[in-house]
Amino acid sequence: MFQKMTIEDCLEVERQDLVKESLKEIERVDKVLKSFITVLDEERIEIDEGPFKGIPIAIKDNIVTKDVRTTCASKILENYVPPYDATVVRKLKKAGFAIVGKTNLDEFAMGSSTERSAFFVTRNPWDLSCVPGGSSGGSAAAVASGEVVAALGSDTGGSVRQPAAFCGIVGFKPTYGLVSRYGLVAFASSLDQIGPMTKSVKDAAILMQIIHGRDPLDSTTVDVKMDFLSHIEQGIEGFRFAVPVEVYEYEGLDKEVAERFEECIKLIEKLGGKVERVKIPTLKYAVATYYVIAPAEASSNLARYDGVKYGLRVEKSGLKETYSVTRTMGFGEEVRRRIVLGTFTLSATYYEAYFNKAQKVRRLLANDLSSVFDQFDAILTPTSPIPAFKIGSITDPLAYYLMDVFTTFANLAGVPALSVPFGFAQGLPVGVQVVGKRFEDPKVLRIGRSIEKFSPYNENGRIPLPVVRV
Amino acid sequence: MRFKTVIGLEIHVQLSTETKAFCSCTANVFEIPANTAVCPVCTGQPGALPVVNAEMVDYAIKLALALNCKVNEYSRFDRKNYFYPDLPKGYQISQYFYPLAVGGHLDIDVDGTTKRVRIRRLHLEEDAGKLMHEGDSITQARYSLVDMNRCGVPLVEIVTEPDLSSPREARIFTEKLRSILRYLKISSGDMEKGALRCDANISIVDLDRNVSSNRVEVKNMNSFKFIEKALEYEEQRIKEALVRGENVEKETRGWDLSTKTTVSMRGKEEESDYRYFPEPDIPPIVVSKERIEKLKLSLPELPDQKKQRFAREYGLPEYDASVLTADESIANFFEACVRLSGKPKETSNWIMTEMLREMKEFESGELKIKPEHIAELIRLVDRGEISIKTAKEIFPEMFRTGKMPIQIVEERGLKQLSDEHAIVEIARKVLEENPHVVSQYKSGKTNVISFFVGQVMKQTKGTANPKLVNDVLRRLLEG
Repeated sequence: MFQKMTIEDCLEVERQDLVKESLKEIERVDKVLKSFITVLDEERIEIDEGPFKGIPIAIKDNIVTKDVRTTCASKILENYVPPYDATVVRKLKKAGFAIVGKTNLDEFAMGSSTERSAFFVTRNPWDLSCVPGGSSGGSAAAVASGEVVAALGSDTGGSVRQPAAFCGIVGFKPTYGLVSRYGLVAFASSLDQIGPMTKSVKDAAILMQIIHGRDPLDSTTVDVKMDFLSHIEQGIEGFRFAVPVEVYEYEGLDKEVAERFEECIKLIEKLGGKVERVKIPTLKYAVATYYVIAPAEASSNLARYDGVKYGLRVEKSGLKETYSVTRTMGFGEEVRRRIVLGTFTLSATYYEAYFNKAQKVRRLLANDLSSVFDQFDAILTPTSPIPAFKIGSITDPLAYYLMDVFTTFANLAGVPALSVPFGFAQGLPVGVQVVGKRFEDPKVLRIGRSIEKFSPYNENGRIPLPVVRV
Repeated sequence: MRFKTVIGLEIHVQLSTETKAFCSCTANVFEIPANTAVCPVCTGQPGALPVVNAEMVDYAIKLALALNCKVNEYSRFDRKNYFYPDLPKGYQISQYFYPLAVGGHLDIDVDGTTKRVRIRRLHLEEDAGKLMHEGDSITQARYSLVDMNRCGVPLVEIVTEPDLSSPREARIFTEKLRSILRYLKISSGDMEKGALRCDANISIVDLDRNVSSNRVEVKNMNSFKFIEKALEYEEQRIKEALVRGENVEKETRGWDLSTKTTVSMRGKEEESDYRYFPEPDIPPIVVSKERIEKLKLSLPELPDQKKQRFAREYGLPEYDASVLTADESIANFFEACVRLSGKPKETSNWIMTEMLREMKEFESGELKIKPEHIAELIRLVDRGEISIKTAKEIFPEMFRTGKMPIQIVEERGLKQLSDEHAIVEIARKVLEENPHVVSQYKSGKTNVISFFVGQVMKQTKGTANPKLVNDVLRRLLEG
């Protein structure tokens, strides 16, 4: 059954029909699911020779694809056709993967529900009345529903992990600098990182093996070659785990999510891990810090959408008016909110009070985490304090931002973080987050694989996947 | 009233690196078809990222060292955010918080005395594109076009302390800087082509009342001459305001070539908040001591050092040494000539007068004149084969065609007649033909000799050695 197939499964079968199967499944379900902004016609799908030849994969629509429209789910880039491939796209193509389409997201990756796409809302394949999470909600829904075998997302404050948790798949945010950002449309450059979204931890490791590594076109990448696969099955015997007490202090934590999390801790202990509660004092400032730094960088990164070179232009009599009307009409409310916020915190008068202070807190947080990792192999938290919610049910921006309570700190500190499915709450998937030390990405995946392998909610170590009925 | 002029400069220098500051497009974009030297990075395509050009950093370090700056071991790029159509990313990558180098100085010669101008900072940034307005002016234009070739061309910005005290000093400083840039071979330094751009901050202190005028920023001074002209105009404008008991606006003004005045570009209230913050796409630049040392060793002999050596080694007056070393190729030419001629002062005279005059009209390309030409010219004059006058006469042809002087002399029959017998013969004939004048001479009007000299010169088409003609005539008349 194609919908349930992992990359590993695909390697065991004849692959010439997989792209057709994928397109057929998209044709069948996507009119209700709406994972994709752009689906390629079969003849437009390039398939290179490579070990993964013909395995259908989806790419979040903020990662540029040469000659294939890349919109960032924004009106301002609705008709933008990039002249080049992102480095990760180039690498995947070279490995043989077939890119079948570009997935929906919150506009410019600013959101946690994919409701903020300028085009349409993507639905959660487990419950079509719920959001798939975000911002990589399209990729998460496409993978969970089985429209594609795997996908790439991007994670600035949880945008790979949270939708992975909401849709019951695996989502991994690598160490900052491990995967090239060349061709990832920047939201917050110091936080953004591309990551795999897959049906198994091993698949995430396979994709990481392909996409990681130094890129001469991205000077923030680091020159390391990692082995993600050799030790992935070796278990966690003797590993030490830290659970921040802040998790329990957080009032918004859903009761069933908390129960699954506790079960997961028990499982880890059963598998030979040692779990301790620790205090990470700066953790509670992560969301506030994140919502100063990310909008600040975004306000600058999104300045290029001015109607001069590409994208939407609303022609007005003067330059200033053209700028202003183009950007007002081209950007959605949430994007405009963050641009204004970022412009404010970077202004000369408030730079010290906000941006610079946030940078300092960020350093303190990184130091705090670094001392935790001196004693522990990983930090465990729920990925999201709540499971997927009903479309349109959260309207207050602050309540919305607080969904990132357990995810943003990994981006601020640049450390690797994985969301792995672990059971359900109110019938919707729950994700457990494993956060590791910088450049210990293979270890994080190894821990994730152990959870996946022995989770009582999985069958033979395979995560349960939904069946979308149309 | 007594006034003191206070000027500080902000100079932008385009570096002549092979590629642009942050991508692999060519940085040599002068007069190439619009938007042909561009890529996703320099046109600000979504997702594209900058990568620092190491050659650019080396060039800037060399300049910093030549300007006696302290090169910071740690520096960083920042984003300067503002909207303009020639700025594709909506921000310029620059260095604000931690510049590449700080605290240097450059000594300039002002009327024979040396003046030290302190350098506050030196930092790297990227150039913007160019706008072309369809219509008479920017406000009248029907539409405007953007050429992004120049986007991302590397720039060094040099900020001086307000140590300059006249428009002329500002000009001399900028000329000296260009000389250094050319010695270092890191920039063409052509102001006309925009490779060197100078903005100035000027204010005037009323020394009697000990108050300063507001500071005015002057832009658009795109030649050395206009730096001086614009600042002279501005100096006068501010002084007049002070004399009237007024002050000038704190504003930015531009030099207007058509009216030869400065005009207001924007006032204080229009100043932008650039919202500087660290560029997250580029890791900090860490310059090791070894790299600095290596670059220091690679520096050529700079104008000041060469000047001192010329004065010392060739016994030249300081002024000569200074003129000859302003341009490295002239300095090298001079030295090659001296190696052939063995006569530094004569060589210097020929280069500083005749040759530099010809150079002014010389467009570009390889010079036809070679050190051999000058050396031979000096030898011909020395041996009396041609007069200084003749030598000056043939110089332009020699410079333009590259013919050796002896060839031109022969072709034009200008070889100096120094054959005494021949001159005596001609002189006798002239005396015989003018008996009246001879008797005038003999009656005491000895100054009529000049008439005879003129006649002899006429007969010899000016080639006769004038001194010899004089001697011969005197002998014949007196004898």
